[in-house]
Order: sequence, then C-alpha cells, then structure tokens
Amino acid sequence: MEWETVIGLEIHAQLATRSKIFSASATAYGAEPNSQANLVDLGYPGVLPVLNAEAVRMAVRFGLATGSEVARRSVFARKNYFYPDLPKGYQISQFELPVVARGRLEIVLDDGTRKTVGITRAHLEEDAGKSLHEDFHGLTGIDLNRAGTPLLEIVSEPDMRSAKEAVAYMKKIHTLVQYLGICDGNMQEGSFRCDANVSVRPKGQDKFGTRAEIKNINSFRFVERAINYEVERQIELIESGGKVVQETRLYDPDRGETRSMRSKEEANDYRYFPDPDLLPLVIDDALIEAVRAAMPELPDEKSIRFSRDYGLSEYDAGVLTASRAMADYYETVVRRLGGQPKLAANWVMGDLAGALNKDNLEIEASRIDADSLAGLLVRIADDTISGKIAKEVFEAMWGEGRSADAIIEAKGLKQITDTSAIEQAIAEVMAKNPGQLADYRAGKDKLFGFFVGQVMKATGGKANPAQLNELLKQKLSG
Amino acid sequence: MSLHTLTVAELAAGLRARQFSSLDLTLHFLGRIERLAPQLNAFVTVTADRALADARAADAALAAGSAGPLTGVPIAHKDIFCTDGILTTCSSRMLANFVAPYDATVVDRWRTAGTVLLGKTNMDEFAMGSSNETSFYGPVRNPWDLQRVPGGSSGGSAAAVAACLAPAASGTDTGGSIRQPAALTNLTGIKPTYGRVSRYGMIAFASSLDQAGVLARSAEDAALLLGAMSGHDPRDSTSVDVPVPDYAAELGTPLRGLRVGIVKEFFDQGLDPQVAACVHQAIESMRREGAIIKELSLPSLPLSVPTYYVVAPAECSSNLSRFDGVRFGHRCDQPRDLMDLYKRSRGEGFGAEVKRRIMTGTYVLSAGYYDAYYLKAQKVRALIAADFARAFGEVDVVLSPTAPNVAFGLGSKTSDPITMYLNDIYTIGANLAGLPGISIPCGFAEEGGSSLPVGLQLVGPHFSESRLLSAAHQYQKLTDWHRRIAPGYE
Amino acid sequence: MSLTRTQVEGIAHLARLELTEAQIPVYVESLSRIMALVEQLSAADTGGVEPMAHPLAGQAQRLRPDEATEADQRDKYQRNAASVAAGLYLVPKVIE
Repeated sequence: MEWETVIGLEIHAQLATRSKIFSASATAYGAEPNSQANLVDLGYPGVLPVLNAEAVRMAVRFGLATGSEVARRSVFARKNYFYPDLPKGYQISQFELPVVARGRLEIVLDDGTRKTVGITRAHLEEDAGKSLHEDFHGLTGIDLNRAGTPLLEIVSEPDMRSAKEAVAYMKKIHTLVQYLGICDGNMQEGSFRCDANVSVRPKGQDKFGTRAEIKNINSFRFVERAINYEVERQIELIESGGKVVQETRLYDPDRGETRSMRSKEEANDYRYFPDPDLLPLVIDDALIEAVRAAMPELPDEKSIRFSRDYGLSEYDAGVLTASRAMADYYETVVRRLGGQPKLAANWVMGDLAGALNKDNLEIEASRIDADSLAGLLVRIADDTISGKIAKEVFEAMWGEGRSADAIIEAKGLKQITDTSAIEQAIAEVMAKNPGQLADYRAGKDKLFGFFVGQVMKATGGKANPAQLNELLKQKLSG
Repeated sequence: MSLHTLTVAELAAGLRARQFSSLDLTLHFLGRIERLAPQLNAFVTVTADRALADARAADAALAAGSAGPLTGVPIAHKDIFCTDGILTTCSSRMLANFVAPYDATVVDRWRTAGTVLLGKTNMDEFAMGSSNETSFYGPVRNPWDLQRVPGGSSGGSAAAVAACLAPAASGTDTGGSIRQPAALTNLTGIKPTYGRVSRYGMIAFASSLDQAGVLARSAEDAALLLGAMSGHDPRDSTSVDVPVPDYAAELGTPLRGLRVGIVKEFFDQGLDPQVAACVHQAIESMRREGAIIKELSLPSLPLSVPTYYVVAPAECSSNLSRFDGVRFGHRCDQPRDLMDLYKRSRGEGFGAEVKRRIMTGTYVLSAGYYDAYYLKAQKVRALIAADFARAFGEVDVVLSPTAPNVAFGLGSKTSDPITMYLNDIYTIGANLAGLPGISIPCGFAEEGGSSLPVGLQLVGPHFSESRLLSAAHQYQKLTDWHRRIAPGYE
Repeated sequence: MSLTRTQVEGIAHLARLELTEAQIPVYVESLSRIMALVEQLSAADTGGVEPMAHPLAGQAQRLRPDEATEADQRDKYQRNAASVAAGLYLVPKVIE
C-alpha cells in the first residue's frame, strides 16, 4: 500500500506591537510575573476591550504580502473554555469572519523544486497567560503578563505532502513575518509557535484521512521529527487494523514521539459567538493603501536585488536574505565598506556564520557588529593585512570585542609591503635552504610553495602574499 | 417641606443659594438611611465616611464659587458599578469580598460633577431578576407596601429613592431593570439609548443589552443626572461618540403635536385592568394637551421575552466565566483539584437564578443548538428592531404600560421563573433594539389595602432622550402622581 | 422542550457549576420550562432576515493607538486574590 501524507500547519505569530491587542499594557518579554497585566488583561469585572490599531495594520501587512484577501469587515468572536491562564474564561478571537483569507506562499525545497502552499486564513486573537508547574508543590503558578498579547493565527491549506515541505513552509513564514516587522520570530521565547495537522491516505484517494493535531513544537527540527513520527504511527496503526482518532497530541522531544493529550480528549465545545463588547472591524481602502505604501521589501524581492546589485549568485543571495537581520547586517557591511560586496558576502556567510553557529548565537547577538566587521574587511581591501591574517584578527575580535585596528596595532599584524624588507627575507630564506633552491632551479616547481611558506614564517605571516609571490619568482629564477 | 422630599433640582438650587450645606444634607440622609434602610434592605454598603468627605469637598467648591449644577447633591449607586476602594458585590456571594480597585466611568462622572456618595444599593444578583428577590443579601421591600417587591433588578436604588433615603440613584437596565422598578415605586426611571452611557466599570450581565441610567423623582432630575453620566468613553468600544444635549434645558418642548403610538399587541396581554385604566387616563390627558394618538401594530413584539431569554443568558454565560476563584471573588475552601476549584467556587458563589441563566446560555450556544436558538433569536431581534423603526416613521414615541401589574407580594412569583420573566414583557423590546425608554408615574391601583403605583412607558428612536424627558416633564406639569411619597417616608 | 438529566449535567459541567444531587431535578424542571418559552421563536418567520448581534453592528470598531501606558499595579490587584506567591496566582496543579 502506498501512502500519502497530508499536512496543514497552524502558526501562531505574536505580533510585535508595543501594547497588547485589547489593552494598553506593555508586551515586553521577561518582565516580573503579573507586572504587565492590567485590569483588562486580568479579566476583572466591568472591564472592556479596545482594539490596537497597529495589530490591525500588521495583519493587513501580512495579508498583502501573501496575496490574500483583506476582509473589509471582520468580526471578533469569543471562544469559550475554562483554563487558569485564560482569565476571562474566553479568548477573544475571530471565527466566521477573519481579517485575512485566501492567500498563498511559494516555497522552495532543498532540491530546488517550487511549490505553492495555500493560506486558508489569518486572524487576530489574544494570547493566554503562562502556567508554571515546577516551582510549587501540588500547585500551578499563573503569570498573566502574556495574556492579551496580540497573535496572528495563520492557517495553511492541507497542501503539504511531506515533513520537509512543512518545514520549508514554516521557515518561509518565519522569515516573512520577520521581514514584515510584524513578529520577531523568537521560538525560544514563544513568539512563533506551530501546530501541525497530520493525516495519511492511500495514494490516489481523494478523501482525507482522519487527522491528528500535534502541539508543542517550537523548532524546525522538532516539526520535522514530530511529523515523521506521527506519519509512521498512523500508517502502522491503520495497517494493523486500527483507526486514527481525531485528537490533540503532544510532541515529546526527549522521547521523539507524539502522545495523546488525555485530558483534552473530551470534546471542547467552544460555543463561539460574536463578541458583543467589540464592534465589527471595518478596513477601508485608505488603511489598506497606507499599509501597502509602507510595506518593507519582501525576502524574494531582496534576494533578486542582492543578485542584481551585488553580483551574487542566486544561492548566495538566498542565504544572505534568509533572515532580515542577516540581510540588514550584510548591507550595513557593504555600505560601510563602500563596495566589495563579494568580499563581504564571503565573510558574512563564512567566518561570521561559523562563529555564530559555534557559539549558538543569532546574528542579532553577534559579538562583532556590522560596522566592526566592515572595519576588518576594509583592512583587507587596503592591503593592511592579508586575508589569512584577517582570520586571526577576526578570532581576536570575536573573543575580546576590540576593533580590528586595535588588534592589528596591538599584535603588530600589519602586512609587510615594503619591497626591500620582503627581498631581505627572501634572501635569508634562500641562503638557509641551498638544497631546495638548487632543486627548484633544476625544475622542481612544487618547491615554490615551500619557499612561500618559509618566507611567510620568517615574516610572521605578514608578508603581502601578492608581492611575496612576485618577488620570490624573480629571486628564485635567479 | 423636609429636605428629603426636595427634588435634585430643588436641592441643587438650595445648595447654591446656601440655604443649607451639603454636609447638612448628607447628615440628614445618612440619618434617614440608618433609621429606615434596614426595614427596606435597600443598601448593601453605606459609605458614611466617604459621604462626609464628599460633602465637605462639595461645600468648599460651593463656597469658592466653583460648583456645578450637581455639586453637593447626595446620590447612591447600584452595587453593580465598581467603586474604587469600596465593596462592590452585585448582591452576590461571588463578590461578597470584592473591593473594586477602580471607579466605573459612571461613578467617576457623577463624582466629578460633585455629587456625594451615600452608598451602594441592593439589587437582584448580577442584575438577573425583576423583583430584587435574588439578592444574596435578601430581598428589598417596596416602601409603598413592605410585603411587596420594589421590582428589579435595580430594586435597592428604587426603594432608596422612593423612601427619600437618597434624592436619586443610578441603575442599570438590561430588560427593564430601571423602568420596571421605577413603575412599581412611583419613580421616574430612564434607560438611555444603547451606547449613550459608558459600560466601563459596570459589571456585565448581557453586553449588547445593558445600559446605565437614572432613578429619580422627576423627569427634571433624571435629565440633570443622565446628562452628567452620558458621553463617549474611549475605554468602552460600544460607547458612541455623539454629543450630549443639555437635557435639562430642553424640557420645555410641549406635548402639542407629539405623535404617540399605542401598541395594539401590548393591550392584548394579561394586563391588570387597573394598570390599563391608569394608562388610558394618561393617554387622554396627553390627547387633551394636543398630542396625536395613533394605534400601531408591532407584530414581532410579543416574541420579545423568548428572544431575550436566549440572547441575555447566552451573553451572561460567557461574561460570568471570569468568576472562577482565581484572581478575585469567592473561592471554595481547600479545592481538591482545578475542576473542583471551578465547580465549587462557582456553585457556591452564584445563586439559583444566576445558575439558571448561565446554564440556559451555555445550552443555547452549544454545538448543534446555536442556529436553532441563538442565531434564530438574533433574527427575531432584527424583526423587533425593524418593527420599532417602522413605527418611528409614523410616531415620535411609543407608549405602553411599563409593567403588566403593580408591585406583587414577596415570594408570590418565585416558584416559576417564567412567571417572573413575563414582568418584562413591555420593557424588553427597547433593550433588544437599543432604544431609549422612560417610565413615569401615571396613577395608583388599590390592591390588598395598599395604594400601589402604576407606571407608563415611553420609548423613542435612538438618541431621543430629550424628547422622552420633555414629554415626561410636560406630563408631570399636568399631574402630580410623581410628587406622592410612600406613606411613612414623607 | 424538555431537557434530560444527562443534558443538564453536561451543561453544568461545561459551565463549571457544581449541582448537588437534590438540585439536579430542580434545574431540569426550570430549564425545561425556559426552553419551552424559547420554543415560541421557532414559529417566527425569519427567512432572509440578517441576524442582529448588536444595536451598533452597523458601526465600526474604534482603533486605539499602539501605546503602552499602563503602570504596574500588581500589588494592588493581587490583594483581591485568595492565593498568590512570588507574584503568581496559584491554582491546584494543572496536569497537561
């Protein structure tokens, strides 16, 4: 039996507004528990919600960037259920009439194939608070700082057919929301969360199989693993005569498996109805045009521009524009350098990326900022140091936080470009190695590299390579 | 004439003329409250210290010449409005320990206008009731006959004002909870257009129906106090940004030429004949003054009550979910687990009528029933609103009795919820359509040896409060039903 | 329209209301009566009628500027809570 996997993703992106969606509390991460929870967030008797204009504009921005329809009239609805991190006993969300619908996103897989994934809808809603289970014996502590933070829930069509496609889609949305400046994409902090709806069906069958919803996946790697596990689980289950149950499952990253959430198995009847404390959200042409006019450059556009303006390959442009932060970093370097886009690209994609990976840092937390890196590259470009020495300087900059010039000065790493100094070094090396000299002059061309190495060693690696090559050629030939 | 029988307008004039101080006035009312409120059970909390502080501040303003039209006038607030630092209970065990950390907009506005807060009045629990018999603190009694109900849910405010324990009080009206108690206690009660007054700080029962309003002893008083509480509030998304007229200045519009619609369907119901008689007499008075009387049919109006008993419970079932014992309010002892915390806190905290409405609301919103009940009710609601809109194409106001009966005996209607619900048969339509409505005294019925007040209701188009108040005021110039005070409370 | 005991128990559970054994039949009775009242709606001809969710449904929601203006009043608010520790509201342990 050949099986086909069907996947749809629901992504919750926390919108990067200053204040909450329905109250004027701050949204900054990491504050003292309940210090950013006002009466509205706490669901006190008598309080009422008032909608944040920026959250609306961000939703529209997303809609425009995905070729979606922006609803001229959408309605907020109450999703009713009891949970301690949901103070009002209902979440204000959107049900029948979401703000954005019917969009699409093109994804590119590892092998280069392109696929379009439909976006069913994106709607605005408020986030719940947080439950802390560990610190209290037999009790759970509730922090409502997060309650009321605006979320954009992005629901895809069940268009993905493999975990890899799902990851590609998730990554694309992740990049896009950051590009649009509507979400910081920080999965560790919970700004970007993903649930996967997974089902299988015999290849060729039209009807969808029963799906399971997997929650609690907060990394690209986990999404892939969770989906793969779930697909296998479902196939095994069906092939052994069982039936897939429509349920919510939790991904356990330690065990690498999905588990049924027993407590949520009782069907939750959310009793959606239009929230009578809010009026319909009306979005007119003026608002849409204002958002359109202020749209930032999208990832695909930026990649094309990079290729064109900086002479980069499609691949390199793709890597550099994978995140807005990296693209901005790169452009800052190029601007400070006043050119040299390929040099900048090599260093950003090479040494910088390597150092970030090694220390598990995002580019925003880079120990060398764009200006400082440009300061290093400028010294390569003006021949103050060689590319090889630059790597040494880079290491030192990364570890010590000093500027390139300070390190070059302190360690005396300036390139030797004085012809007579190099000639002198060459003469000394030639004198010390008569045997190799004779062999070279007899025809062993490979020994050139030996002499290069020796002169470099003698000059502490600082001889300008190009000059060294030329002078050495001259001297060795006799 | 005793101080406590003066109207708000008269008191305000007296204060400005320095005939008496706000402190004198406040002490007088506090004294009456101490003596007479317990037999009525009209107050949950008497805020004596706060009242005296308010009075002294008012007197200072009066002396400095910086007083406004209401400075120094004592009032009471229905215990549904949050008052900062003061117990706010909604007459429920659920909030028996709740000290509100903020002022409702209505409270803030009357305070800014210089009024003096005497206390928080008793009410039906969470505003659910038509007789003030569902209160955790026990029923309120009608000053006109202590064995009878004052109406509800603003029964405490009504009893307090009718007994001259406060010159006026705030109330809320979701299905008639200002107008019906006003009718049963010989008061003028006005529920404004939906959105006229901010709901911020007014503990929600049914969000698309609730409105704050005034109970007072004259239309002029109601005009003064309604004006002071009205106006746009950015904290309430359902508050409309429409200028507030000077209601008190517009009371002079004559009855002559006023087109009055009499709703045919309302006089078909089981209406007490004495009530009908009083209302007909009032209609004749108006006709003699030159009002034009027309008979109208509002065919969907008889469905008001079933519509209301879908919509209001649906909204309240959701509004009351926040009462879970976690952040405020009643919490059960030693909860075994989370489910127990919720179920017992809520089971203990809410009374029977509240539980009934929460369950009704939960049911009509639940999967499989939403279309048949909630959606259907909202469609009938649209029909009712359309009936009124059509009527206002032909008339300026719609007139009816406020309630189908006069004040009934305590305990006489509590065995069957439906009997109680039918009290609101004339008032609910205005809430469903969001229209303003006023109840004014129009006579008395004799029953069981007591003279019991009868109320007449006028409903107008959106934002026609001036019209309603002036019609009421003109009627009150022709009659003096509204001046009569309950025996023993003069 | 009569409700069954099972239905009432289900509703009470959804609404997180504890009903005692003695109370259940009382609520079955009263809720059934209320639903019988509500049944009157089914006779209404509402074909082609748009539901009216709200008296102001023809108007637009006001949009608020994105400014964080609230001060931290945690201590004041937590005075109303029955069980608080380290700034957190405490509830019996929630098992996921």
